[in-house]
Amino acid sequence: MITAERKPLDEIIDYIKPFSRILLVGCNECVTVCAAGGRKEVGLLSSALQMAFMKEGKVLDVKELTLERQCDPEYVEELVPLIDQVDAVVSMACGCGVQEVAKRFKEKPVFPAVNTKFMGASERQGVWAERCQGCGDCVLGMTGGICPVARCSKRLLNGPCGGSSNGKCEINPEVDCAWQLIWDRLKSLGIEKTYEEIVPAKDWRTSRDGGPRKIIREDLA
Amino acid sequence: MKTESVLEKVLAAGHLAVTSECGPPRGAVPEKIREKADILRGYVDAINVTDNQTAVVRMSSFAACLIIKQMGLEPILQMVTRDRNRLAMQSDIIGAYSHGINTMLCLSGDHPCFGDHPMAANVYDLDSIQFIQMVRKMRDEGKFQGGDDILNPPKMFIGAAANPFADPFELRVPRLAKKVKAGADFIQTQCVYNVEKFEKWMEGVRERGLHEKISILAGVTPMKSVGMARYMKNKVPGMDVPDELVKRISGVPKDKQAEEGIKICVETIEHLREVDGVRGFHIMAIEWEQKVPEIVERAGLYPRPKI
Ligand code: SF4
Repeated sequence: MITAERKPLDEIIDYIKPFSRILLVGCNECVTVCAAGGRKEVGLLSSALQMAFMKEGKVLDVKELTLERQCDPEYVEELVPLIDQVDAVVSMACGCGVQEVAKRFKEKPVFPAVNTKFMGASERQGVWAERCQGCGDCVLGMTGGICPVARCSKRLLNGPCGGSSNGKCEINPEVDCAWQLIWDRLKSLGIEKTYEEIVPAKDWRTSRDGGPRKIIREDLA
Repeated sequence: MKTESVLEKVLAAGHLAVTSECGPPRGAVPEKIREKADILRGYVDAINVTDNQTAVVRMSSFAACLIIKQMGLEPILQMVTRDRNRLAMQSDIIGAYSHGINTMLCLSGDHPCFGDHPMAANVYDLDSIQFIQMVRKMRDEGKFQGGDDILNPPKMFIGAAANPFADPFELRVPRLAKKVKAGADFIQTQCVYNVEKFEKWMEGVRERGLHEKISILAGVTPMKSVGMARYMKNKVPGMDVPDELVKRISGVPKDKQAEEGIKICVETIEHLREVDGVRGFHIMAIEWEQKVPEIVERAGLYPRPKI
């Protein structure tokens, strides 16, 4: 899933200072799972913002709505009845959701309330970690199901570098060395010999380097 | 002979090769490079010039190599894949070769988080093995990585690094095998303090006959003080400094520690030169270049062969 973290309250307040009526929009997908921008977080942020305004002797009117999926235009339509009653929109969805709202309501300012972080998985309660960079040409079949593009700090395809120590990455003892994980996994699969096949230079065109990407499925379009 | 490299010739003639390194200055002060390189004149076969080492900005390796070349010495162009994509690397390689620089060391480089621009984008278009492949393709096939022909292809003698002390240890020989397969001609290893572990690695190297396919120069770095020994032990990723060594240096008075460090370094060289497959030494005296001539002499590696 896509993970996100709420922005500091002050930054959000800075965005909406000029306004007195906002629409605070959550999303029921990834940001709900990572507890950054679901219904519950919408409620909490709404109270926090209203309180902050009150302290300044101002009133903030907040309309709250959490959409099923903010990156989907069909659901964004649900904001139509509310949009005229507000001066601005604050979105708690990932960057995709924020942009869908901005695209639909050209005349309304839209601000992000979260920082979209990465595509990751939950390691344990309250901890998420990066797993995929969306490079567009998956290498997991060669690397025992552990991604060096996303999880090696230098995205080495023929790693490990000389900084791998006790299973940890040179950048930080809190970060697992992806190549230690890959090696261990290749060994447990009994295919450590495959390590010696050189992975050629990657064609980054399928990644962000090729420009903004698009998928067109003729069978569905 | 694949190249005009003096290092290649020294190795081909069967001599133990000696290289050292020069860290370029943090500013436009070419005289600093000249000073450092001058100290090494006559004592080493070639001088590595680091490329923004530890991810700290310095004069470019290429520019500093050129200064050294103009002094009539032999530079080794170090290049990391951290800061440049394949376009920039290849253009620098052609540029360097156009100035007679014919030996290089292909590295991935320390992560930017260690340096003075931790906020910088981290390129890693290639890894070190793909980098070696690219330089070999440029030399042997006369083609750019992208496939086009090169006019007067650069003939680089290709070096790579190996760290026998990093983890997982059992992967370190296969990793060397990969660098050999990619086309590296010589290896400069991480500083050897843990001689026993190094020898174990070399055993694995010999078992696979890799020492016959690639020239391995063992890295050594003299310790200036017990503080430095502790720092290397605890703070430098992938460095293996045994406790006995720290103890040995801390066992002598402060003003004798530098001499003890040199002594250890010389002893290490004397020991390693007997290890089958070690073809030379890479002496990295970090900001202590003035000690290199003494180390070379005391280790019996002086005079250098005339090639
Ligand atoms: S220590 Fe491991 S994860 Fe970190 S950069 Fe090196 S190979 Fe990649």
